[in-house]
Amino acid sequence: MDVLKKVPVREQDAKVRATNFDEVCLGYNMEEAMEEASRCLKCNNAQCVKGCPVGINIPEFVNKVQAGDIKAAADVIAEASALPAVCGRVCPQESQCEGKCIRGIKGEAISIGKLERFVADWSRENGVVPEKPANTNGKKVAVIGSGPAGLTCAGDLAKLGYEVTIFEALHKAGGVLVYGIPEFRLPKDTVVQHEIENVKKLGVKIETNVVVGKSVTIDELLEEEGFDAIFVGSGAGLPRFMGIPGENANGVFSANEYLTRNNLMKAFREDYDTPIIGGKKVAVVGGGNVAMDAARTALRLGAEVHIIYRRSEEELPARVEEVHHAKEEGVIFDLLTNPTEIIVDENGWVKGMKLIKMELGEPDASGRRSPVEIPDSEYELELDTVIMSLGTSPNPLISSTTKGLEINKRKCIVAEEVNGKTTKEGVYAGGDAVTGAATVILAMEAGKKGAKGIHEYLSSK
Amino acid sequence: MYRILNAKELTSNIYLMDVEAPRIAKSCLPGQFIIAKLDEVGERIPLTICDYNREAGTITIVFQVIGASTEKMSALKEGDSFRDFTGPLGMASEFVNEDISVLKNKKILFVAGGVGTAPVYPQVKWLRENGVSCDVIVGAKNKELLILENEMKAVAGNLYITTDDGSYGFKGMVTEQIKELVNNQGNKYDVCIAIGPMIMMKFVCLLTKELGIKTIVSLNPVMVDGTGMCGACRVSVGGEIKFACVDGPEFDGHLVDFDEAMKRQQMYKSEEGRALLRLREGDTHKGHKGKGCGGNN
Repeated sequence: MDVLKKVPVREQDAKVRATNFDEVCLGYNMEEAMEEASRCLKCNNAQCVKGCPVGINIPEFVNKVQAGDIKAAADVIAEASALPAVCGRVCPQESQCEGKCIRGIKGEAISIGKLERFVADWSRENGVVPEKPANTNGKKVAVIGSGPAGLTCAGDLAKLGYEVTIFEALHKAGGVLVYGIPEFRLPKDTVVQHEIENVKKLGVKIETNVVVGKSVTIDELLEEEGFDAIFVGSGAGLPRFMGIPGENANGVFSANEYLTRNNLMKAFREDYDTPIIGGKKVAVVGGGNVAMDAARTALRLGAEVHIIYRRSEEELPARVEEVHHAKEEGVIFDLLTNPTEIIVDENGWVKGMKLIKMELGEPDASGRRSPVEIPDSEYELELDTVIMSLGTSPNPLISSTTKGLEINKRKCIVAEEVNGKTTKEGVYAGGDAVTGAATVILAMEAGKKGAKGIHEYLSSK
Repeated sequence: MYRILNAKELTSNIYLMDVEAPRIAKSCLPGQFIIAKLDEVGERIPLTICDYNREAGTITIVFQVIGASTEKMSALKEGDSFRDFTGPLGMASEFVNEDISVLKNKKILFVAGGVGTAPVYPQVKWLRENGVSCDVIVGAKNKELLILENEMKAVAGNLYITTDDGSYGFKGMVTEQIKELVNNQGNKYDVCIAIGPMIMMKFVCLLTKELGIKTIVSLNPVMVDGTGMCGACRVSVGGEIKFACVDGPEFDGHLVDFDEAMKRQQMYKSEEGRALLRLREGDTHKGHKGKGCGGNN
């Protein structure tokens, strides 16, 4: 064994997995996990913990894995995280815990994410169940949204003895974990559903089909339904479009629509009624993780898929692992390219796209080199489907119906970073609704801080 | 689960159901809609609210069978349940927020086409309850397909029925009835609210623009979540992209790009048609979803 290298993780073969929706990464087995754990240096001043937004005691759980005591490892993780099977799969570990790992200075960092995933999967398979707190304190908290921020906040508050009800707008709990991230990265029935069940086992109630701001308002929850505090974790919101000609043609979708049809509504399965236009030749515009998810979904539905991104590979905002997987599976990357028009046939359907080549100029406000059009470099690409993956803007449903809840210039809810406190008494917020689109783990961090904030508020009342 | 307290077929292919949904019944207003999902594998189907009973906690929906999911829904009986029922979604009709004394001085004309009669009914009823009497035109292909006539008669000021074939009421399109009222009878209207098939709303708008009557339409584009998240329901209104589910469903009809909206509404038609065939005849036609046949894709 080479201590400088990660124990490789088994994956489905790229050619095979490009045609199915089963999980790409197969994870470690006990032997592999223990071997990987043995590479940990057990640093006194562990940097990895500082890189973890929810502060998991990483050296401690890795230690337990090395000793083969997975139940004990699970207990260590559970102190800080309610969703380890999810985080082990979708956290950007390379820029968090693993990015700070001392082992990674010379050689490869410990595979903390894969170890976390192993511990969570083992716990599930071996029936480890979280314990419901013995007594509730009689105080009621409503959590709006059942995504990573809401689930984390609800779980933490339940552990502290609060009676928590989550209100979810869609028909299924899980938020982005269910509608956004595809099955092949995050299995829904086994992994996501199980983690939601674990949160419920802590005593948390989930009421689906409640659109807060429409079915009931925040003010009504506080004044009429007897909630003592509220956490808003309602997520990112409305998809953006480019504003180019042809964008409303049939065959042009937001990544949100495409992914929701497939993930939440399971269009890829013959036994579900949801229709989806699979497409034969698909362009996905954008370079983030959502773009990679949409591209790899279209590929699995049988299409030739092009990623259209206006900067170069180096600037792709997606995780390196996602880009790597997409390439392996056969997604074509048309980099330094920008659409200028969608070409539409006489029946209103997409038949192609006009594009222009770009080059990188001076760095812009974000520090990234801004793309500049190369004159006379236009060309056309024949297509039948276009998926726009350009990010989202906040949903005004809650902010516009809640008295005294302030939003900022970008229309995100204003909340204090340390505790999620908003401008309205008793209302806390976190996750994408506050920051704009970010990651699962950052939403979980905000959920954690929100729970702490609510606990402090209700304890002092 | 959302229990069905009453289910009946109003006419061929059009069904009415009262559904237990206390949260929606408590807060809904005219102009808003709900999303129903029959079972685990069903689609999310946006449906207009036809009536509501705040005390009983029920919502009345009316729908026409147009695809596999609505066909399955039509088989539901009293005592059955929807797995999911969400709402109220969208913005309430503009007049709900107007000053009643101003409203009372307004002449409002409603134009309902086919199953569009259902969403018109709660609007006319709400206005009647607030002391505002409106003229209502209801158009149907023939007498057979006319729905909610008695209910509408009870709340409308003047009710005008038109049928395409003349089997009942005025023979002709709703637009001809509008011309009759405005040009021949000299009626003046401050606002027209037209809800029905997209093609009807388009032609009503062309006419009312000519006549100088402000017109509101209610759009029913393809939708998935109904909360603004997916953008499937986007429509061009005055050159801007609007999401019917959160910005609408009612818009200034003179600004709506109906041709684009009608094309977008067709997007899944071949898919829906295939699903309906599968349901009725079993899976006889091969080919994976979203690929192969279906003219357009």
